[in-house]
Amino acid sequence: MIVEFIPRAVVQGIPLLFGSTGEIITEKSGHLNLGIPGIMYVGAISGVIGAFFYEQSTPNVQPFLAVLIPLLCSVLGSFLMGLIYSFLTVTLRANQNVTGLALTTFGVGIGNFFGGSLIKLTNSEVPSIVLSATSRCFKQTLPFADKLGVFGELFFSYSFLAYAAILIAFIAAYILKKTRVGLNLRAVGENPATADAAGINVGRYKYAATCIGSVIAGLGGLYYIMDYACGVWSNDGFGDRGWLAIALVIFAIWKPDFGIIGSFLFGALYLLYNIVYTYMKIGFIEQEIFKMAPYVVTILVLIAISMRRKREFQPPAALGLPYFREER
Amino acid sequence: MASEYAIELKNITKRFGTILANDNVNLTVKYGEILSVLGENGSGKTTLMNMISGIYFPDHGQIFINGEEVVIRSPKDAFAHKIGMIHQHFKLVDVLNATENIVLGLNEGKKFDIKESAKRVAEICEQFGFELDPYKKIYEMSVSEKQTVEIIKVLYRGADVLILDEPTAVLTPQETQKLFRVLRKMRDNGKAIIIITHKLHEVLSLSDRVSVLCKGKYIGTVNTAETNESELTEMMVGKKISLNIHRSVPKDPQDRLVIRHLNCINREGVKQLDDVSFTAKSGEILGIAGIAGSGQKELLEAIAGLQRLASGEILYLNPQTGKTDNLRDKTPQQIRDLGVRLSFVPEDRLGMGLVGNMDIVDNMMLRSYRKGKSGFLKRKQPKNLAESVIEQLEVVTPSAATPVRRLSGGNVQKVLVGREIAESPTVFMAAYPVRGLDINSSFLIYNLLNEQKENGVAVIFVGEDLDVLLELCDRILVIGSGRVAGIVDGRTATKEEVGLLMTKGANHLQEGAAHE
Repeated sequence: MIVEFIPRAVVQGIPLLFGSTGEIITEKSGHLNLGIPGIMYVGAISGVIGAFFYEQSTPNVQPFLAVLIPLLCSVLGSFLMGLIYSFLTVTLRANQNVTGLALTTFGVGIGNFFGGSLIKLTNSEVPSIVLSATSRCFKQTLPFADKLGVFGELFFSYSFLAYAAILIAFIAAYILKKTRVGLNLRAVGENPATADAAGINVGRYKYAATCIGSVIAGLGGLYYIMDYACGVWSNDGFGDRGWLAIALVIFAIWKPDFGIIGSFLFGALYLLYNIVYTYMKIGFIEQEIFKMAPYVVTILVLIAISMRRKREFQPPAALGLPYFREER
Repeated sequence: MASEYAIELKNITKRFGTILANDNVNLTVKYGEILSVLGENGSGKTTLMNMISGIYFPDHGQIFINGEEVVIRSPKDAFAHKIGMIHQHFKLVDVLNATENIVLGLNEGKKFDIKESAKRVAEICEQFGFELDPYKKIYEMSVSEKQTVEIIKVLYRGADVLILDEPTAVLTPQETQKLFRVLRKMRDNGKAIIIITHKLHEVLSLSDRVSVLCKGKYIGTVNTAETNESELTEMMVGKKISLNIHRSVPKDPQDRLVIRHLNCINREGVKQLDDVSFTAKSGEILGIAGIAGSGQKELLEAIAGLQRLASGEILYLNPQTGKTDNLRDKTPQQIRDLGVRLSFVPEDRLGMGLVGNMDIVDNMMLRSYRKGKSGFLKRKQPKNLAESVIEQLEVVTPSAATPVRRLSGGNVQKVLVGREIAESPTVFMAAYPVRGLDINSSFLIYNLLNEQKENGVAVIFVGEDLDVLLELCDRILVIGSGRVAGIVDGRTATKEEVGLLMTKGANHLQEGAAHE
């Protein structure tokens, strides 16, 4: 049962990991991007659009192109979303919360609009798009994984995007901790005036962090569709994973490497209701309580870090505040 | 041609709007020398230094570095000329450690290695005698350690000219001594050091030469060895200027506010008020003079019920009931409930006095919203009040519905003073009420204060311009380092007398510690 459960939790956690890594990078620049759910949604639909037209255009799908095209489309889609957010909050200094929430609404709307349009195009009977050929390419695992038994099941049964998520999280952690760019970025999020005085281009860092963060988060949406959902797009299928990714940022105390463990845990908690339902035979209504698990844990973590008051565990000091260079 | 001067300023002039911050200032500093720039608050010291460090750009004049004329447009340019400035307000990132802050924004062109940088920081510490753990986080540091980080930041970037803006303002006497030792060592190492200060005894004990500024004008430079405290004071305060402010003789002054032995300690454990006692009388203006940050803010806030006190009494003699109330440890609301009509115009107008985003009517309501019985606000009275303030004090505003943050400084102040006067107070306190105001608005405020005084209000006026204090106030209390240095009669006191008291009071603590 455990062996069966862990891979499911990991697969469930990977979209959250993408989202939270992206959000951590953005928040480190002092921008609270509540548009992440919308951006992940756009990342997903952009990939779906790319895959859909590629699948339509050719009878025999080339695995390399089948991966590359949706990937590039997804990156472009979420990059544009990041650009919108940066332009509004960095250049125009709009309120970050309002902008983020608007972007989420906007992103979900865009996703459902194009999703609905594609569903219309396919003339299918069920309200969904099935991209099983593309999904097969995305889900390609290492050839020897099946032969390694439990070990293979636990460590090698995932697709390349899952490993990419973990790798990106580690790289992000390394850059933040060990490099000049990371130091400068942290300074921008903590105290932009000081960073500015030290000769750091604050605006450029904020733009870059937000756009790169959005692209990474968008990959989470793509992974969800192509791997978790086996290439099936249905409107609003993504659920509340975007919000969970933002909660994971707090859980990971703004450290991308903590986010890896956190995402698996969140994945497990997310599935908890399902397990409880299957093994303990509880009712349909009681299982709703277990769906709260990830959020309850996040609240507990927030309480814990607020009580410890350790400065390293706190959000970036200038998070959510627009930066005006003072009149000189 | 190499010059003997590290930096030479010629005829530097800088204006901010109509205010002349620096007027034809000349200044020189050599390598291996400590130069003090001495002057009162607002004399243009910091502005002048900001022009060397690239924060401001001079309107006129030339800057020479090693004899060559240069243009300094940004702090980066200043660094390129090996000039580093340590500001009064530190620019450090709290959660990063000392080394990370020191190398922040620096691209040394090689691989980023914090350990290597920390080693260099330790070397600099050793060379000049600093005590600093390169890996200590800023938020765990004392103010003096933070200052050390700022100084090393400048040295790490290879500065040969160091400018320190009032470095001792935040330090304890022991830390000051330590800093001075380090500065002397840097001088002996051939660095040129400029320190901005208004503390005479520091000037005398530390520097080689002193340049004095007064109200933006360059007064002169003297060798420290050839001067003394009273000569410097005279240069610093300048000649008396007549302003022709109207002053009437107090009518029937009676004790209104009796302050006894106030002591106040701030969060860092530094004494802000030290055994302060005085009496404010009805029908007179009591001026409070002193170097900025000597405890004026704490004193007024203590009376207004905003500052916790360690000990002491604030006695209010109520003219209506004849009763005496102790206002200590009461909230502003409790003070009001006692029937004490206390008005306070704080230094920070838009932070403490008014709400910038609210319009004039709403700001009037901040004082009166508790009136009335129903849960709904009555807007009629505050609206009338706003309109009468606008009319009587000639507030320039499109309408009473304009957010106050859109008004100019003088008009903001008029709104605030107008509201406070409308309460018909018995005690009226104003902290730097004319700061940033043009001459006409300033006189309007002086007239309002005089009007209050003639109505029998006890007026407390914290000011920075000695000429104004000497012409407006009936008595002047001089405060230094949280102590009452003396109370003088505004009609007979001279500027030098007040100036000496101001600096004496500041010396007091330092000398006490030096004897230990």
